[in-house]
Amino acid sequence: MKVAVRYFASIREALGPGESVTVDAGATVGVVRDALIARGGPHAAALQRGRALRSALNQSLCDENAALTEGAEVGFFPPVTGG
Amino acid sequence: MAGPRVSVQTEDFDLGAEVAALRAGDPGVGAVAAFVGTVRDRNDGQGVSSMELEHYPGMTERAIEAMIDAAMQRFDIRDARVVHRVGLLAPLDQIVLVAVTSAHRGQAFQACEFLMDYLKTQAPFWKKEHTPEGARWVDARVADDEALRRWGITAGNAA
Repeated sequence: MKVAVRYFASIREALGPGESVTVDAGATVGVVRDALIARGGPHAAALQRGRALRSALNQSLCDENAALTEGAEVGFFPPVTGG
Repeated sequence: MAGPRVSVQTEDFDLGAEVAALRAGDPGVGAVAAFVGTVRDRNDGQGVSSMELEHYPGMTERAIEAMIDAAMQRFDIRDARVVHRVGLLAPLDQIVLVAVTSAHRGQAFQACEFLMDYLKTQAPFWKKEHTPEGARWVDARVADDEALRRWGITAGNAA
């Protein structure tokens, strides 16, 4: 199934505003992150494990166990710094 | 009461006008607490000449709406308003307004602080500072997570 991935802040600078990713049915947000890391290059650098990264599923903060459905929107971004 | 509770905008805001609109027509209001955050000219030991604020359109507004719902449940307040600016800002500029109305001051003070603590760690905004040594993304602060923990909420933002 296809999900729409969106990037913000330093992740957006490294990878662009977003892209479409195809993953197996039942995949989680963490699976999407791993699939992107597996591409290597700037994806591996920006999304690598151990780097502080927060995620959102359909525009709500989530952890990486969150399960995806067809057409879901996944956001990856650094810790937030508003206010 | 009729206006929006949350605005994310490039334009500046007028504290007096916002407070007037928030309490208009509600004679049950006996207290208004408002916080205004502004751009400092220094951060982490470096001069800041300007700052860019980015957000996640749609998610940011929804997240703050949910925070106001949580504040309305947790505190005895009558209404709340949040304005957050995005785009290019300079030292002295206003960044954020949180205003809360209640019957008595205690709940308004607390709800205002709760909303700011929540917003700092859970609303998707990112600051990029321009300094003499170049541009840098601002790091999240553990102290902000700790501020939210006082309300019994685990932030896990800066971790």
